Amino acid sequence: MENSELKIIANKVRQGIVISTHAAKSGHPGGSLSAADIFTYLYFEEMNVDPKDPKNPDRDRFVLSKGHTAPGLYSTLAMRGYFQFEDLTSLRHLGSFLQGHPDMHKTPGVDISTGSLGQGISNAVGMALAGRMDRKNFRVYTLLGDGELEEGQVWEASMFAGFQKLDNLCVIVDNNGLQIDGKIDEVCSPYPIDKKFEAFNFHVVKADAHDFDSLRAAFKEARETKGMPTVIICNSVKGKGISFMENQAGWHGVAPNDEQKEEALNELKKAGEELCQK
Amino acid sequence: MSEVKKIATRQAYGEALAELGEKYPNLVVMDADLAASTKTAMFKKKFPERFFDAGIAEANMVSMAAGLASTGKVVFASSFAMFATGRAYEQIRNSVGHCGLNVKIAATHGGISVGEDGATHQCIEDVALMRNIPGMVVCVPSDYVEAKAAVAAAIEHDGPVFLRFGRSNVPVINDREDYHFELGKGTVLKEGTDVTIIGTGICVDSVMQAEKMLAEEGINAQIVNIHTIKPIDEELITHCAIKTGKIVTVEEHSVIGGLGSAVCDVVCKTHPVPVMKIGVQDVFGTSGSAEVLMKYYRLDGQGVYEQVKEFLGK
Repeated sequence: MENSELKIIANKVRQGIVISTHAAKSGHPGGSLSAADIFTYLYFEEMNVDPKDPKNPDRDRFVLSKGHTAPGLYSTLAMRGYFQFEDLTSLRHLGSFLQGHPDMHKTPGVDISTGSLGQGISNAVGMALAGRMDRKNFRVYTLLGDGELEEGQVWEASMFAGFQKLDNLCVIVDNNGLQIDGKIDEVCSPYPIDKKFEAFNFHVVKADAHDFDSLRAAFKEARETKGMPTVIICNSVKGKGISFMENQAGWHGVAPNDEQKEEALNELKKAGEELCQK
Repeated sequence: MSEVKKIATRQAYGEALAELGEKYPNLVVMDADLAASTKTAMFKKKFPERFFDAGIAEANMVSMAAGLASTGKVVFASSFAMFATGRAYEQIRNSVGHCGLNVKIAATHGGISVGEDGATHQCIEDVALMRNIPGMVVCVPSDYVEAKAAVAAAIEHDGPVFLRFGRSNVPVINDREDYHFELGKGTVLKEGTDVTIIGTGICVDSVMQAEKMLAEEGINAQIVNIHTIKPIDEELITHCAIKTGKIVTVEEHSVIGGLGSAVCDVVCKTHPVPVMKIGVQDVFGTSGSAEVLMKYYRLDGQGVYEQVKEFLGK
């Protein structure tokens, strides 16, 4: 798929994030927006998945370890055809199949339920291990927040994955630099992230989270790396795409109100129109 | 009495895994650096390609087990009860329980009969922790025979199971032709009318010993083995409450949240009767041999006998 097409999809994914969190009156737009291009690239370019056959045992797996950014995942799954885009407004409502955090039993396309930080990467390592045991070719992708790296379990999982040389595993870090209490390097700095993963026997790749050429090159390098797992550290902007949300820790877990929703959607739609004209 | 064969339930666990590995090619076993103690090493030796040591990292072990199970594996994750259920509680709740995955938390070294290692290693809260998780089956086998049957049943059960095994050698009490194991079903070991004494795990043996002493004094106790604390055999417990009017529960576990609490939950709902909870009385454990500690916490035959008499006012 051309970058121009991916950009248009990512723009729609961002609109879905705004629409759904606004409808829920809660949720996590900031980290959903910073990961919107990563979600888009994974589901429309990188991963071998089929919305018509979401349980296919040979499919690639995706684990949203930073489960609170479910609005970004849901919006992408809707765009990919797992369910209707209109359903996004049911996010976080009683009875909805779109829970506050991903639920494997409720949402088509969700491979495992997550939300408690640090556990998703371990889930992904388990899946990668299963794939290797069964000599299957599927790959496993997991997306972590940079603040999530403060969880000790992330490093338990990394130690195991590096030791086991799980080259069918690709860890992605959404390095937007912000967590709830502020800047990650002012709360409890996980830096240097690259050296840490290197020490745990990962192949380390850096990418621009909002540049599809950069993401394309990074995921290609991950796929071609044998004998060790790969981590792609994606430099990103929290709230990306909506000017008043960008780089604001305050937009981590707050939904836009009616006015903010309109303002955000207008900005995104305008950007979307410009993309279509190119 | 001295002729009774004594084997630890963890031994049965290890043997059962090694035996069942053949029948179930999707069986995977994980451990956290305690394979020699938990006895998963027997499986490792026979099926090295299906055994994974997570190292001393229980949280990661449990969440990895969930990932493996999501692809169709049946995964046993083992460590000492303290670390398996305590350290990794939230991983069990969220990665295993909430996902409803086929992970069996098989914990050895449950209870105070761990012995000399003392309080930090004597888990007396594991049943309470696991009972709270929706959909979790909680099973505490009483001896070698029952432990083996429980492992086989856990594999066949589709969903999360917690199994508690012990460190110490304990009498084999179920070695009989008509022995039958079914998850969720209790067993009446002796009919009686004066009081029902319900035991779980290695305390079933203590209960049986106490029963003999009580019988000598003319007290006719109904004796029940409840190996599955969740889902508990409500029908049997209600029947016992109606029949004997009094219940004593005996467990090598805190009296808060374990068998005693589960039995109270049933009778409160169906047929309220006085219940005495024999167990560890809201204190931590301490060092000592298993035998000495069972006596110290009044969980041996003599201790149970004395407490039942106190309860009956005799």
